[in-house]
Amino acid sequence: MTTISPGSMTAIPEVSTVLDDQSPEVPAIIKGTGHLPEMRVDPIRLFHRVREECGDIGRFRLADKQVVLVTGADANEAFFRAPEHVLDQAAAYPFMTPIFGKGVVFDASPEERQQMLKNQALRGDMMRGHAQTIEAEIRRMVADWGDEGEIDLLDFFAELTIYTTSSCLIGKPFRDQLDGSFAEIYHRLEHGTDAIAYVDPYADIENFRVRDEAREQLVAKVQAILDARIARGEVPREERDLLDVLIAVGMDADYITGIFISMMFAGHHTSSGTASWAMIELLRHPGVMADVVDELDELYAPDADGTAPEVSFQALRSIPVLESALKETLRLHPPLVILMRLVQEDFDLLGHTIPAGTVLAASPRVSNRIEDDFPKADEFDPGRYVDPRQEDLQNRWTWIPFGAGKHRCVGNAFAMMQMKAIFSVILRDFEFEAVQPLDSYQDDVTKMVIQLAQPAKVRYRRRQR
Amino acid sequence: MSSYRVVADTAICQGHQLCQGEAPDVFGFDEDADVVRLLDEHPDESQRAAVTTAVKYCPAFALSIEED
Repeated sequence: MTTISPGSMTAIPEVSTVLDDQSPEVPAIIKGTGHLPEMRVDPIRLFHRVREECGDIGRFRLADKQVVLVTGADANEAFFRAPEHVLDQAAAYPFMTPIFGKGVVFDASPEERQQMLKNQALRGDMMRGHAQTIEAEIRRMVADWGDEGEIDLLDFFAELTIYTTSSCLIGKPFRDQLDGSFAEIYHRLEHGTDAIAYVDPYADIENFRVRDEAREQLVAKVQAILDARIARGEVPREERDLLDVLIAVGMDADYITGIFISMMFAGHHTSSGTASWAMIELLRHPGVMADVVDELDELYAPDADGTAPEVSFQALRSIPVLESALKETLRLHPPLVILMRLVQEDFDLLGHTIPAGTVLAASPRVSNRIEDDFPKADEFDPGRYVDPRQEDLQNRWTWIPFGAGKHRCVGNAFAMMQMKAIFSVILRDFEFEAVQPLDSYQDDVTKMVIQLAQPAKVRYRRRQR
Repeated sequence: MSSYRVVADTAICQGHQLCQGEAPDVFGFDEDADVVRLLDEHPDESQRAAVTTAVKYCPAFALSIEED
């Protein structure tokens, strides 16, 4: 029994259905859930179709939730400027709770945690130290590379970013007790971002079993590290890291693991995916690769007395050609394709009243490719960021790989610094080539956390300089 | 008489304070509100490069330049 009145949700057009939610290939648990089966196999097509068919404000359905998806500068600005008490982040991502751990209840809202992270670990004056840490981690990863070989981009960057995020956010002593298995297990946790979570995040399905098993393995690893710390006894203050602090206040391994997962989550798959796609786009565009390598060679060339800038110094400063390539990578391949909020009280959006209980969403993937704002939007063109075009600053509500507004990713300066450090090291010491067709590098979009599909192999060869 | 105006959107500023490093005469900080405070809305032309860098690298995209 629905009442149709102007200004209500029925005035917002609903996108077409291309995958019947009763069709035989749809798993029983999500039959009858509207667009959820399609979002589970091809979310990007679904989100683009909302804009194509409905314009700036369109609608689809995930089980019992109506989702209003906005695109375009005006609607995005209203979305990103809405006050926190109106649009709630945490409630819109039901798949995150079992990943962090059911028992891990934060006293702080996502907004407060973001603020804490900014104040504690991402302060401007801590960036120099982080840059040194990151440079050291990259060099450690390539130390056993030899003169040539092959890597899988997902494996390589996922492992590297586990080390950088754990070292910068938790501390070096903890990072030094991790090996490649931690990254492999952490990656399996991300299976938990299956959209079936919108029906039941604890459903008895393979992806959630993988998630729960991975989480138990991470807890066991943290438990072993924790036991060793307790057996070792107290160490001087300057040798302590966040783990020692959490042990000292009496938290158990399960709880601590949940905190660590939640701290590392935002910075891990996002940075790993961006580094991988930057490499792929540079391989697809050899002219841009050559410009970037020239820029780095010049920047790091020793001067007359033989001194060259350190990567950890330069990564915090302007590297314009590389930065443009990274921005363009982020525009075309934003790590998060959709940002969601649960509407807590009726919300006015450009003349529509969005009722409480609706999910309101913005899509970096769709907005970043709006043709009016980004001419030839599907083309990789780092020239967009050069004066006077500056298509990122000119379109601050639609160039949104980091989101926008008060909750724009607080780690974005950290992330850009990390990318600049990574490419400064690897492109000066090695050259790369694709070992599979360039269009075969694709994302796996079957989870809400999008990852590079494997194989994604590239070849490296040490440069002769 | 300078030819440009600096605009700071304090509703979206996240208080990273990077702008102060670039142009300390133009950007200050409101400790209570944890947001940027403009010290000079119409800086001299000699400050333009520094202000432009601050706008470009603001992690919150909260700054802009308007030409008069």
